[in-house]
Formats: sequence, structure tokens, C-alpha cells
Amino acid sequence: MAVMTYREAVRQALREELQYDERVYLIGEDIAEFGGSLKVTLGLLDEFGPKRIRNTPISEMGLLGAAVGSAATGARPIAEVMYSDFFGMAMDQVFNQAAKMRYMFGGKLSIPLTIRAPMGGRRSAAAHHSQCLEAWFMHIPGLKIAMPANAYDAKGLLKTAVRDPNPVIVFENKMLYNVKGEVPEEPFFVPFGVAKLVREGSDVTVVAVSDMVDYSLKAAEALEAEGISLEVIDPRTIAPLDIGTIVQSVKKTGKLVVAHEANLTGGIGAEIAAQVGYRAFDYLQAPIERVAAKDSPIPFAPILEKEILPDDQDVMDAVHRVMDYAG
Amino acid sequence: MEKQVPPEVGLQLYELMVRVRKFEQAVVDLFARGKIPGFLHTYIGEEAVAAGVCANLSMDDKITSTHRGHGHMVAKGGHFDKAMAELFGKATGYNKGKGGSMHIAEPDLGMLGANAIVSAGIPIATGAALTAQYMGLNWIAVAFFGDGASNEGAFHESLNLASVWNLPVVYVCENNEFAESTPRWQHQKVKDVATRALSYDIPGVIVDGNDVEAVYLCAKEAVERARSGGGPTLLEAKTTRWRGHHEADNQSYRDKEEFQAALDNDAIARWEKVLLGRGVPKSALEEIVARTEQELAEAIEYADRSPLPDPASARADIFTPFTLEAN
Repeated sequence: MAVMTYREAVRQALREELQYDERVYLIGEDIAEFGGSLKVTLGLLDEFGPKRIRNTPISEMGLLGAAVGSAATGARPIAEVMYSDFFGMAMDQVFNQAAKMRYMFGGKLSIPLTIRAPMGGRRSAAAHHSQCLEAWFMHIPGLKIAMPANAYDAKGLLKTAVRDPNPVIVFENKMLYNVKGEVPEEPFFVPFGVAKLVREGSDVTVVAVSDMVDYSLKAAEALEAEGISLEVIDPRTIAPLDIGTIVQSVKKTGKLVVAHEANLTGGIGAEIAAQVGYRAFDYLQAPIERVAAKDSPIPFAPILEKEILPDDQDVMDAVHRVMDYAG
Repeated sequence: MEKQVPPEVGLQLYELMVRVRKFEQAVVDLFARGKIPGFLHTYIGEEAVAAGVCANLSMDDKITSTHRGHGHMVAKGGHFDKAMAELFGKATGYNKGKGGSMHIAEPDLGMLGANAIVSAGIPIATGAALTAQYMGLNWIAVAFFGDGASNEGAFHESLNLASVWNLPVVYVCENNEFAESTPRWQHQKVKDVATRALSYDIPGVIVDGNDVEAVYLCAKEAVERARSGGGPTLLEAKTTRWRGHHEADNQSYRDKEEFQAALDNDAIARWEKVLLGRGVPKSALEEIVARTEQELAEAIEYADRSPLPDPASARADIFTPFTLEAN
């Protein structure tokens, strides 16, 4: 095992896939010399040249649309949306074109397109550079969505995304880019639709995505001192969603907390809660709790942003509520 | 530029236009009789554009189309039977009844789809051209769209990207002077969409869209430019939509005299006259019409007796099957 940052893990996945398949190229804004706004692609231009590391105009629809058309005709582009907030400029090409072309055509082509999109707040970047929009895309049939929470998954999920012949969005968490983790030296893949049991426990199931996994683990350690045992599950991909693993855990613990950084209303926690409510109704000892950002644009001032976004304390509070309810 | 097409091309253009016209006329009737569900936008009146452009393309060349897409489908080599079956919503249609009138597509013919989102095919054609350039393939791409689409961001972003990268693509604006019901003077101040090429430093060409020979020759130059590495062209064909935006539109907003003048300027009648003047025997043209009508009658019969799709297939073809093991 090597130890590397989440950013290095993403870069290594990109490098390996560029080496593996000539049809793979990167397309995005400021990704070449500049290495991307968040420096993920730094150095790849020197290795692969401008034909394969393609700087585009600031033109989200233009670049994502070209990536869709290119994927539809035999190439395998990996597009970067500099900040996932910028998806708004390009949405038609993602949700009406990439997601639906295969279906509308009666299965006559594939769209092997990977879109990398840095997400999340906690950087005082305010309302246009901080959002978590995964629920928008989970609602669209025809898209796959990965949300790596650590360096290992960042590499393994991205490699799978590139091999997958369907459109995949990988939401990378900006606050995790500098976090180090163990990553195998040899090539590996993380399959889609297979949740990871991050921590085994017996009292409460916590389903967490992206950086809420770390916050949930932190909460789990603190709660251990109180004699409360958390089981933490990271779905890793929300489309497809491994609901089976979640339901199995809830049947054991009888209590569920879902944690995501995106705001509460219409978030993926609502979908997970609904599915668990339906499939494990008789096992639930307390209402399902959702830990999420408060319904608000993300504010600028750090003290305001902290007020809006969820963290380990919110997970602990939610766990206490379900424990109290269940008695 | 050449002034006149060779005789065999002359007949080819005539046949393509007749095929589109006859197909569309049949479709109008079938729609009125309830054989075709949904709504219907016909290409009648604009035949010379699809015919003149597509006669320059090979099967490998890619096109993207619009909500008014049957004309492009037929002109690109689409078979009446499978096209008609798709419009009927039958299992034997090009897209198994999943796409219908507004999404009809056949990648094997290089037809990357009618598209019910105005302007959305433009970035996709740009991406197809990117694949050709990136992979060193000899095909080019053509995007068909209307004057209405030329106000969308997708148009401007795509022309800019294609210009910067010198992509092998031809942008064909079918300027019928109406964006649905809104006349051109209300939706754009420029009289000629082709002038917008100036912004992207690419050739902008205006052609009489009722003169199939002129369309053919202008398109030939643009296609050859694209194929030989000369980059994109914006080709604007001035044309007329004979029927409403769709079949529920009675066109009350149109100036009656102007409309009548446009109807009197029928591209097919004009071309027939030219061909006869050049010594083409009338029987050769009649034979084309008879052949087309015969094929059309058979296609309607085929569509009519084709089975409906199995309801169990409604969720098939959303994703391309994928296993990591096989990759």
C-alpha cells in the first residue's frame, strides 16, 4: 500500500486510464498548464500532451456537449466541471442528452462519458462554489453517480467510471483533496452499487456520503465513550444504490441516521429514508433521522457557513434523538 | 465554385427531395387519422436543404437534427419502413418505439438523432467532429438547426469551440424566419444568421434554400473544407416552413401574401423545371415519384402491421450492460 492524498489518487486514476486506452482524453477548463482550478490534473499535460489534456473555453455547455457527442461516436472523454455548481450552465447536455440518448435510440449507442465534478463547501466559497447537487442527478434515470469519501475510493471509483460504457458523474469532495489514505500500488477497481461497511456497530446505522463519512466516524468515536455503537455505511455510489446492505444493517440496529452535506429537502437522505421505511418498516424503533445542511444558500462568512453545514456534532445529536426515542 | 451539378447528382437531389416530401405528406395524413401518437413537426417546404447537404455526405459522416427531423433522417438514407414504424410507436421502428418523431435516430446511418430540445444537437455534432479529429477518422459532422436555435447558448458555445479547435463540422442553419410562432424580427436583430460566423472567425455562407443545386454546391464546399482540415463553416439556407410549427398550429400569425409567395417558390417544382430544361426526360422524374410512392405504401403497410412494443421492454436500454470482470 502506498499512502497518498485523495487528489493524487484521482490523478493516478486519470493517468492509468489515459495510458490504458487511447480513446480516453481529458476535457475541461484550465486543466492543462494550470492543472485545474483544484490542481487535480497538474502535470498530466507534460505526460500526455495537449491533444489528450484539452483546455476549453469557459463554456460548460459547449465542452460537456462536445464530450457527449464525442462519447456517442467512439471516444471516451473525461470531462471536468470545475465546480459542480457550474453544472447549471450545461444541464441540458447532461440530463436530456447524455442520460437519455441510449434509451431514446432504442439502445443503439452507448455514452461512455465520465464527468468529474468537485463538490461541497466549508471553504468560505459561498453560494456559487459550495453546493452538493447529487440529488439532482440521482433523480435522472440514465446516469450513474459516484461519491468517493477517501483516496482509495477516489481512485477505484474513477477507474470504474471510465471503463463503464454509460455516463457517470463522479463528485469529488474539495475538502478531501488533501486528505491522505492508503491506496494499493497495483491497479484496482471499486465496483458500483456496492456499499462499504466503514465501521461495524450495533446500536444505530449511519449511512453517510462523501465527507460526512469522516464526520460520522468522528461522531462514532465520541459516542463510543457513552456506550453507543454506530455502524457506518458509505454507499459510495448513489446510482446505483446498494439499498440491500443498508436495509440489512437497519434490520440489525433498528435505527437509521442518513448524513449528507447537501441540504435537507429533496436530498438523497429522503430517498434512502423512503426506501428503508418501505423495506424495513417493522424493524424501525425510531423515526429515521436526516443530517443535512439547513435549507439555505451556502453563506460566505465562516461562522454563517458553519451554522448551515452539518458536521459530527449534528450526527451525534441525531443519534441521541433516535436512541432517546427508542428508549 | 462549380456552377452546375452533374446529371446523376441532379437526379439524386430530385429523388431525395421527393422522398422527403412524400414521406412527410403521408405522415401528415396518418397523423390526422390517429395513426401517429404525440405531436408532429413536418419538414415540408425545407426539403432542398436536407437533400442538398446530405447528398454530400457518406454513411460515416454524422448529422444531428432537430424536432423537425424526419427530413434529415430520410435524406441521410433512412428507410421508410423503419422510420414509419418508429413514428407509429411500433417495436420494429428504428428506435423500438422509444424515440418517436422527435427522437428518431440511426447511428449506423450517421444520424445522431432528431432532438426535441432546440439547439441541443449542435454541441453533439461538434463532439462527433471532435472524435473524428481526435481519432484521425475521415468523417465530418453536420448540425442542422433553425434560426430560433441560433439564439441559444449551445449554438454560440459550439461555434466558438469548433473554431478554436478547427473541427471538421458544418453548421447548417435552416432559416425559415420563424422560431415556432415568433417572427425573426422579434427574436434576432441580424437579418442573416450567417453574419454570426464573423464572431467566430469562420466562413459564413448564405444560400437560397429553395435552390437545391445552390445548397448542394455550397454544402460541398463546406464539407470539403471540413474534411480537408479547413475547419467549420456556418451555412445559412433561407427556407420556408409550409406547415405550422407542429400540426396543431394553424399559422394565423403569418402574412398571407408572403406565405403564398413562398409556397409558389417550391424547391421541388423549381428543380423539376431545371432538370427538364437540361434535357432530363420527364419519364425519369415520374419513375422516381412512382418508385417513392410504391416504397411508401409498403412502408405504411409494414408500420401498420408491425407489433407494438412489449410493455415489459419499457425500461430496457436505459444503461449499456457492464461488468468489471469483462473489462
